[in-house]
Amino acid sequence: MSETPTAQPAEVLDAKHDDAHGVGHIVPVRVLLTVCVALLVLTFVTVAATWVDLGALNIWLALAIATVKASLVALYFMHLRYDHPFHGLILIAALVFVMLFVSLALLDTFQYQSDIQWEPAAALERR
Amino acid sequence: MAESGTGEPHAPHLAHHFDTPAQRFGAGKLGMWIFLATEILLFGGLFCAYAVYRSNHPEIFEAGHVYLNKYLGGVNTLVLILSSFTMATGVYCAQRSLQTGLKVCLALTLLGGCGFMSIKYVEYQEKWKHGLLWGTRYAPHVEEHDAAPAPPVASAPATQDAEEGSTIAPAAIGPRGLILPEPGADEPRQPKSEKGAKNVHIFFGIYFLMTGLHGLHVLAGMGVIAWLLVRAFKGHFGAAYFMPVDLGGLYWHLVDLIWIFLFPLLYLIT
Repeated sequence: MSETPTAQPAEVLDAKHDDAHGVGHIVPVRVLLTVCVALLVLTFVTVAATWVDLGALNIWLALAIATVKASLVALYFMHLRYDHPFHGLILIAALVFVMLFVSLALLDTFQYQSDIQWEPAAALERR
Repeated sequence: MAESGTGEPHAPHLAHHFDTPAQRFGAGKLGMWIFLATEILLFGGLFCAYAVYRSNHPEIFEAGHVYLNKYLGGVNTLVLILSSFTMATGVYCAQRSLQTGLKVCLALTLLGGCGFMSIKYVEYQEKWKHGLLWGTRYAPHVEEHDAAPAPPVASAPATQDAEEGSTIAPAAIGPRGLILPEPGADEPRQPKSEKGAKNVHIFFGIYFLMTGLHGLHVLAGMGVIAWLLVRAFKGHFGAAYFMPVDLGGLYWHLVDLIWIFLFPLLYLIT
């Protein structure tokens, strides 16, 4: 899976190494560092957001920030931004199936009406 | 064999079913991503359990989460993020044949994993001490210890002591730690001390299952990184061959990803 080197001459090995060794793209350390700092900041934001009471919105805000953090990890640390798009498709497909799984389970569980009383004797009497 | 910056180890001989080293690398990456997809679905089942229970009984989660220390959880999140960074930098070092940098990064990543498991051990131990466990083992008794912030329980320490004095001694009554039911009660196992919420043991069942499975994955990841570190000392990795470091790194990032979602769902309930 060798990608041709991008236009970052200081960071990427030259083309003659590429196909023989399959190196492809190398993420520069300063990009990794920037992503790391962003993740640390977002973690603080996630905790700080719990000091503000937004009611039912709190959990969705926390999940939204978590999604941003997860995207940063996936795109840069896991190299998805520079990889063959199929790898990203695998990740997204897995997440789609999990969401499908959870949605259908929730749809089902919300149908339960636990307050229905079962009274066979009364039903028999009415006949 | 392991000079930093100049070492270019010989890549292992290409197995016959691969056309080129590039194709081997591509196959390895694809296989790893498919494995990661199965891991996501594995945890997806547990997230489904969380979603179903939380939407049906939010009071269980509101009652149970106060026993969790969100600052310890936050520190654990920072530790895993930093270890992900050192792992990614380790892959960078391997790609550039920076042998010393690779060893340092792998060692730091391993250290991060140890730090995470240590904090996890501290958290689990606190729960064990206070009887905040799963299922029938759930028997909260927080009043003698100062660590857990638990406002609902603090209101009833006297009755808890009195109940514990009468329930623990006779073995014939039931398993150790159970609080005796009032006569006529149909569900004997809820202490009913957390704002009237029953079945709080379900929260801890979900908590221990999710964080426990995640912890096992962290341990497995630490094993992988330790193996990579040993191979790095043997000089196996360099610009010509760094696939194991890359793929091990992918697994470690997934462990981080899962914790990024576990942390707000379990620790940051308001």
